[in-house]
Amino acid sequence: MTGVAGTSSTRSRWRSAASWRDLFRDRPMIPLLVLLVLLVAASDIVRPGIVAPAWAGIILRAAVPLAILGGCQTLTMLTGGIDLSVSAVASMSGFVVASLAINTGTPLAIVIALIAAALAGLVTGIGVGVFRVHPLIMTLGMSLVVLGMANFWQLQTIQTSVGVPPVLRWLGSQAFADVVPYDLLVFVPLAALTLIGLRRTGYGRLLYAVGDNPVAARLSGARSWQIIVGLYIVSALLAAIAGFLYAGYTNVASVSLVDSALLPSVAAAVIGGTSIMGGRGGYGGTMVGALILTVISSLLASMGYPEAVNQILFGAIIVVVAAAYTRVTSES
Amino acid sequence: MSATAAPVESRPVTPADALGPAIRRNAWTIGLIGFLALLLVFTKLIEPRYGVTGIQGLAISVLPLALAAVAQAVVVISGGLDLSIGSQMALINVVSAVLMAGRSEQFGIVVVVGALLLGVALGVVNGGLVVLTRVPDIIVTLAMSFVWAGCALLVLPTPGGGSAKWLLDLVTGSLGNDWIPKAAVVLIAIVALIWIPVRRSWLGLSLYATGSNRLAAFRSGVSIGRTKLFAYALMGLFAALAGLSLTASTGIGTPVPGPYTLMSVAAIVLGGVSLAGGRGGVFGAIVAVMILQIIRTDMTFLNVDTNLATVLQGAILVGVVMIGSLIQIRRARG
Repeated sequence: MTGVAGTSSTRSRWRSAASWRDLFRDRPMIPLLVLLVLLVAASDIVRPGIVAPAWAGIILRAAVPLAILGGCQTLTMLTGGIDLSVSAVASMSGFVVASLAINTGTPLAIVIALIAAALAGLVTGIGVGVFRVHPLIMTLGMSLVVLGMANFWQLQTIQTSVGVPPVLRWLGSQAFADVVPYDLLVFVPLAALTLIGLRRTGYGRLLYAVGDNPVAARLSGARSWQIIVGLYIVSALLAAIAGFLYAGYTNVASVSLVDSALLPSVAAAVIGGTSIMGGRGGYGGTMVGALILTVISSLLASMGYPEAVNQILFGAIIVVVAAAYTRVTSES
Repeated sequence: MSATAAPVESRPVTPADALGPAIRRNAWTIGLIGFLALLLVFTKLIEPRYGVTGIQGLAISVLPLALAAVAQAVVVISGGLDLSIGSQMALINVVSAVLMAGRSEQFGIVVVVGALLLGVALGVVNGGLVVLTRVPDIIVTLAMSFVWAGCALLVLPTPGGGSAKWLLDLVTGSLGNDWIPKAAVVLIAIVALIWIPVRRSWLGLSLYATGSNRLAAFRSGVSIGRTKLFAYALMGLFAALAGLSLTASTGIGTPVPGPYTLMSVAAIVLGGVSLAGGRGGVFGAIVAVMILQIIRTDMTFLNVDTNLATVLQGAILVGVVMIGSLIQIRRARG
């Protein structure tokens, strides 16, 4: 973010349209944050007085799991991929924990769920990295495999009672002083790791390199298959963690729990400025994107329209935001 | 596969020589047809009673997905991708079911024509947004899938409506011989009447050109924007046909999109259409849809748990595509 936008501001007091565009291109967070503020203001206009610390806590709590799933999409999209298996992996992990926790204890159940998720990620990564299957197809196929296996597991464990462990319920649905949600305890370290990992580590740079120009990355000595395999394992692990939070948030363990979050997770990354073509973007934008989407859906819900209208507006807003964003930040 | 061919000595051209490249060009489709034949034999072995009714059931059950796959194939060949096909089908399905319920047979014809026009309009909206906003296809159509699904819910909140009788009759039963299901005839007729003329004209050529190399196509005088718009309009037409086939095969309208969007992507990839664009055709995709469906049928015959069947379907999808890309990698090296 050490942009060079500062030079143009010295020329005149009022920026020209082109220099605004420069500013936005160098600091894509600015238009996003402006949009977020506008949406919050709109929420307060629609229902005066709703914007309060407790409201912010509710929005944050709902945005955190979406932001984690958005992280999966951001990381994979940086390499020119996409991960459509996040919802299946997340639901599976939440369900595995809920069904095992009574017998094995919560920590072991979480470890087992993470191992299962990592295995799914490993297979996906081998398919994409070694066999060069298109990520869309590979993750789509894996989501069928994972969903089927989770369903099968569900039939096996139908007799034992299934309950979300209290720890996850606490993490996912409680808040400190009813304002600061406890899921931030999970999210803040994860987000810090992701941000630092992308900016400051060699692996992060390799992700950008592979996505920007795979041939150049290979010729520069990057072992792209190892990078990709590692990436999809990380993505599956992140999805599993999001799945735990979703299970705790809703206090439901079901094999299709997270399905409805798949498309919003892609939308969060895209609104956040990560290019689906690879090589451009970052996690900061995705977090704001997840917040924007959560505020939009809460705003729509508070307007009292039927669910169908909400869906239509949600889709239309994503198109408009993505279009405006592309126009503002595109290099032309 | 072609890389190992021995150098050809010069000799008079025979019909067999002309056949060679044709086989090579369609190797994937021919392989798929062989696989389908094997599957049919296998089905007959495990379930000796599989026969006329089985084939008719297969034809009716593949019709919506086959048309959805054709729709997806058109867009993907032109270098795009439409993730809203399932929602568009649901919208067409409910609109036609609501309008046809309790009305005359003649009115049904008006509804069908109107539904097809609506489908083209939906496609034009998608394509227009892709061309105008320059946002990647995948994002625009993903967002539009919410919009179309929401519209479907507005039109009809719960499953209901009805269908004209002639539309139901169009896909059920058989034509002349018991072994020729009407649904298959309808599918072949639709593809033959719409896709083949397009494929043979300059429009089809520009679809493939745009998909395989946008810049080269542009410099050869193809209007990229117009071609993409046309691809989406044609996709909308096929999606509308798929939605109408849902109305015809179920007799009602259901506002919740089925699994058609993702299954159509799976089917075209299995059918040899490259997601990078510019390669493949619709016939492979149709054969792939039949393979996916018959695998499902076989699982029921074998009493495989339906969930394990889902696992196997995913594994087969991934496995076949892996083999396909391995062949490509080896060919590129050799």
